[in-house]
Amino acid sequence: MAFASSALLPVAPVSDNCMIELREIEKRYPTGDTETVVLRDVSFRIDAGEFVAIMGPSGSGKSTLMHILGLLDAPSHGTYLLEGTDVAALPEDERAAIRSRRIGFVFQAFNLLPRATVFRNVALPLVYAGMARRVRRAHIERALTAAGLPADRWQHRSNQLSGGQMQRVAIARALVNDPALLLADEPTGNLDTATGEVVLETFQRLHQEAHRTIVLITHEQYVAEHAQRILHIRDGAIREDIRNHAPRIARITSPHAHP
Amino acid sequence: MRILDLLDEVRFAVTANKARSGLTILGIVIGIGSVIALVAVGAGAQRSIEANIQSIGSNLLLVLPGAQRRGGFSVSTGRGSATTLTSADADAIALTIGAAHTVAPDASRRYQVTARGTNTNTQIVGTVPAYARTRNIIIQDGAFLTDAHIRSVGHVAVIGPTTRDDLFGPDAPALGQRIRVNRIEFTVIGVTQPKGGTGFTNQDDVIYIPLPTAQRFLSGDSAISTISIAAADPASMPMLQETVTTLLLDRHHIRDPQLADFSVLNQADLVATAAAATSTLTLLLGAIAGISLIVGGIGIMNMMLTTVTERTREIGLRKAIGATRRDIRTQFLLEAMTLTIIGGGIGIASGWGAASAISAFSGITTAVSGQSIALAFGVAAAIGICFGYYPAWRAARLHPIEALRYE
Ligand SMILES: Nc1ncnc2c1ncn2[C@@H]1O[C@H](COP(=O)(O)OP(=O)(O)O)[C@@H](O)[C@H]1O
Ligand SMILES: [Mg+2]
Repeated sequence: MAFASSALLPVAPVSDNCMIELREIEKRYPTGDTETVVLRDVSFRIDAGEFVAIMGPSGSGKSTLMHILGLLDAPSHGTYLLEGTDVAALPEDERAAIRSRRIGFVFQAFNLLPRATVFRNVALPLVYAGMARRVRRAHIERALTAAGLPADRWQHRSNQLSGGQMQRVAIARALVNDPALLLADEPTGNLDTATGEVVLETFQRLHQEAHRTIVLITHEQYVAEHAQRILHIRDGAIREDIRNHAPRIARITSPHAHP
Repeated sequence: MRILDLLDEVRFAVTANKARSGLTILGIVIGIGSVIALVAVGAGAQRSIEANIQSIGSNLLLVLPGAQRRGGFSVSTGRGSATTLTSADADAIALTIGAAHTVAPDASRRYQVTARGTNTNTQIVGTVPAYARTRNIIIQDGAFLTDAHIRSVGHVAVIGPTTRDDLFGPDAPALGQRIRVNRIEFTVIGVTQPKGGTGFTNQDDVIYIPLPTAQRFLSGDSAISTISIAAADPASMPMLQETVTTLLLDRHHIRDPQLADFSVLNQADLVATAAAATSTLTLLLGAIAGISLIVGGIGIMNMMLTTVTERTREIGLRKAIGATRRDIRTQFLLEAMTLTIIGGGIGIASGWGAASAISAFSGITTAVSGQSIALAFGVAAAIGICFGYYPAWRAARLHPIEALRYE
């Protein structure tokens, strides 16, 4: 693994195929005199190539869990093995390096640089990964194609795009470094149903055709049903882990095919 | 992160809000520009005074009333107020040092002068014919004061070309004209050749009259402002200085040379004295301008702090997709430095322009030195670093999640 330094030994033998393993993860925030426990005793595994939805009501700790999975935050307690390496207590700059190379994020609010072009937005992870300028173009074009953004939009400024197009740019940005893990926090939350469907279709395609590992966070049962597996979270604890043998197929209705 | 990408990001950020960047740059332009211009004025004054002193010759000794303080001598106080030298002192010096050297006392003060309805305020130098030799005065029209004028306490005047222009109009005939000083009438008998001095050492804006006339009709006492002594040769200067000091201490009944109520200065002393005074001036002007530079720096910090707050979400996003703290810090620091360096560049150009304009319109000599440009540029970069560091550090320290959650 590119990021595994020799000091970080795997804690336990894991199968080749294991992308994520959480053991007894706990997250607390100090609030005044007491502490709020946001995640308690969260343990699960996600294999490479899985498409998993984490579903729960608002305030149940979904985003907190995603921040820990994405190395944006460290758990208060517990073990997190990412591709076999314990990453729970890495210093900030090492976590930044792993985020840069192994993880792609898609946020509810898109979080694009508004005045920058689509190209520039998608290039940003490559910039921080230190990729040479002349080899970037191919990566960017491949990511934009995979995310399904029509080529005539690539030189637009991102604030000239529709919501669905913006989320596709965000997906392309998440894909451009060819990450092992794609994390999406309520990616359809700011979109209407039809546009949301387009985004879900993109994830399903990335999963089926490119065998990406995808963790999709949502509070909607309907959205979660697009995944192969649904983890139900409530009050910071995993309550159910269900295989979804017949995932809902995202349907692109014609007027929004390429909104 | 590669340097080209970094510069790209900086360019993008600086041009994002052109009005704000422009105003911030303007603050630095004013700061650096005024430092350059005011230091140029100070340095120009220093240069022209030194040039003036040098032009009076290397074998000139000046005896001035008033004490010379260690490390600096107050020329204006000594010349204006102390009245410890008299004509008798000058006569005694002339008698002691012999005819090989020239001695010329003068009693000088500024007066209002009128002529045919026009008037001006100028330096009236009451002196003797030998003064022309000690100060290299050359006559263009007419003649300088003569011994006959001294003996007869004549009401005659020799005027500088600037004074002539002020009183009678440019290049107007002045010989035989009447001028009035303190309601006493003088006849113009000579006009001196232009020397080209500037500012407060202008040797062209002056009126020479016989010393006894000045003492009797203008000052009313026998006090002397300066005794100029031109040595026969530079080699005899140290001996001459020694002799004059001893003589005057004796005449004034002073035992301790430290307590002398007069000063004997050679050209080197004068240059050092003037340099001390004008470098203080330069420092003062520089300090005043430096304050505006600090204000400009605070403007940079203010803008950068605002920027960091406004771009909190963006910073969080950059961190999420792999930016390290160092990447963020470098970017914001470089943004601040870009603003100050652009401001510094424009400031140097406009400061230089302002200095040239001051020279052109007021006649004050200014001198923009490579040193002051290098200094200003260094200061601009340093301001960028100092005032940009704190905002950059704040940006780098932002926690990615809190930054992403920030509304
Ligand atoms: N920095 C924090 N300090 C204190 N409480 C927090 C903090 N961040 C999140 N929480 C709390 O953790 C809980 C879960 O938040 P979150 O993970 O955002 O939930 P979800 O994404 O499922 O809506 C909420 O009750 C929230 O108030
Ligand atoms: Mg959430």
